[in-house]
Amino acid sequence: MDPARGRRGFFKPCKLQALAMHQYTTDMYEGMVAETVMLQGYGGDFINAYFARPLGPGPFPGVVVIHHMPGWGELYREMTRKFAHHGYLALSPNIYYRFCHGSPEDVAAKVRGSGGVADDSVIGDAEGSLRLLKSLPISNKKVGVFGTCSSGRQAFLAACRLKGFDAAVDCWGGRIVLSKEELTPNQPVSPIEYTKDLSCPLLGLFGEEDQNPTPQHVQLLEHELKKYGKMYEFHMYPKAGHGFFYYDRPAYRQEAAVDGWKKLFVFFEKYLRAPS
Amino acid sequence: MCTGIVETAEVSGSGKGPQGWFKLEQVNVSYDHPSDAQLAHALNIDFVNPKEGPGARVAVELNPASARKLVDAILTALSRGEASTKQPTLSTVR
Repeated sequence: MDPARGRRGFFKPCKLQALAMHQYTTDMYEGMVAETVMLQGYGGDFINAYFARPLGPGPFPGVVVIHHMPGWGELYREMTRKFAHHGYLALSPNIYYRFCHGSPEDVAAKVRGSGGVADDSVIGDAEGSLRLLKSLPISNKKVGVFGTCSSGRQAFLAACRLKGFDAAVDCWGGRIVLSKEELTPNQPVSPIEYTKDLSCPLLGLFGEEDQNPTPQHVQLLEHELKKYGKMYEFHMYPKAGHGFFYYDRPAYRQEAAVDGWKKLFVFFEKYLRAPS
Repeated sequence: MCTGIVETAEVSGSGKGPQGWFKLEQVNVSYDHPSDAQLAHALNIDFVNPKEGPGARVAVELNPASARKLVDAILTALSRGEASTKQPTLSTVR
């Protein structure tokens, strides 16, 4: 009998415990479940969400993975599973659920043509996701929030407007610094105005060549974070612009992406997995 | 960045989508991240019929130079077409 396995062929609990530390070795049991679930979001509405979680007893930290403007598509499915692979309960709510159903691209086009999704709606869905993750018996009761581009902005907003997140990651979130002329009914407040309410440590990953947020926008946000004594960690990558994680887009920058993911997981490990 | 820049107009005509021809009711023109074109931002045009669901869509994603060529081509064709199909007046018949 394989000494690593128990009598019924499953790996022993000690191996599962090691899984919880997410340091995979080749002799270790590994598995995850990824599926669509329902959760109660903004206004008490039920919406669907993609939930990927490692198998094993846990307890595991959680991450709310807010999808970006181009939609609740394959890229965000992959990212959600990546978090699960690293030992997180990863929940990606479909923030476009109320608009319609169809291919992710068609739904995103519908939302774009409708003027986008309202900030309040996204915050409500993020709150429902946070609540669900914390309620799970396999949760360690620590939850982070992650987003890129429009959802980097929304991750920052959620970390400011909600209590309960333990860490937030904003990847090149644009439109955090808005002039009065840029405000809309869906985005009625410039997110930087909420900085004083930021309730958890923030990691920001940005590209020096980005047009929004520009390095000047990032400096403005950093100034506010310092002013209010917030915990943050910003990294500005040279020769990178907007969306440098997206391996299927011309904006992909391999070196920045690899380093960015490493920094992201070090950050989440520190604030979501380490004992308080 | 996601610009959120979108202009919308009511239109009338037909478009051919994955399910065949459908009546067009609206066009959404945005300058934002494209889904497929290998560009950071594109001029995206979606001809849609909201009553028939999100799949009733004819989409194009163009780089800015192509979008301007399209505008010129449309205006030129419209101008030539409307001139050639103009009803002759009494004076030109004589």
